[in-house]
Amino acid sequence: MHAHLTRRYRFSSSHRLHSAAMSAEENRETYGKCNNPHGHGHNYALEVTVSGPVDRSTGMVCNLVDLDECVSKEVLSRYDLENLNHLQEFAVTVPTTENLCIEIFEILQRAFPHAHLERVRLEETMMNSFEYTGSNPARR
Amino acid sequence: MVYLTRKAEFSASHYYHNPDFSPEENLRLFGKCNNPNGHGHNYTLEVTVKGEVDQRSGFVVDLKKLKDIMNREVLDAMDHRFLNKEVPEFFNSIPTTENLAIAVWQRLQPKLQQARLHRVRVYETPDLFVDFYGEE
Repeated sequence: MHAHLTRRYRFSSSHRLHSAAMSAEENRETYGKCNNPHGHGHNYALEVTVSGPVDRSTGMVCNLVDLDECVSKEVLSRYDLENLNHLQEFAVTVPTTENLCIEIFEILQRAFPHAHLERVRLEETMMNSFEYTGSNPARR
Repeated sequence: MVYLTRKAEFSASHYYHNPDFSPEENLRLFGKCNNPNGHGHNYTLEVTVKGEVDQRSGFVVDLKKLKDIMNREVLDAMDHRFLNKEVPEFFNSIPTTENLAIAVWQRLQPKLQQARLHRVRVYETPDLFVDFYGEE
């Protein structure tokens, strides 16, 4: 029996959307208020979905302690209470939530061996959410 | 294909224990969840069915019938129960959220006639849920 387990986490970060490849006017037009020079912040909600067979002896896809430890160490400690623009991965790449989703997916795909990583979903605000499934077809 | 989801809530207690493991191994694997007195959750259940829209009724499924099936097959059995002691599926298997989602699927699937069961989602807490899509 194959199941999908999703765990939610929270972290707070600031960012500014600005591309060095665009002029000041283009940046303003593309990003609007998100281009304000001092940046702004979000309380992000992160959903990590893993999948795998349900272990007969534990009843689990994976041990939540392992997942929580990995996400805490590899993601939350990296991004919580940080300014995303000051991090190396966003030195050139614009820290849109799309790009943050992809970055977190790739971090966890490398760091979490106990189950298959299906999807990373980020809620930037109550109105906007983004998800990335890597090369997996999305499961609805 | 249209997907319809019906939600329900139930409150139940459980604990995690495998009698084939030593007490130390049970504690190591399950931590506080191994307390034999159990602990509780307000579970949220989402049942998603799929099908084509019936031309006459405009329904994928008669919601009243779906609600009755969910009440009869799942909620009456699990609401306000100690899962390990009162729900037969968990006399010999651990009532993790994964096994709960599978058990709900197995209870509902044979009873649905109008639409096909697509997904059972069980929230153990608002921050933890499991999806089961049937045998893959």
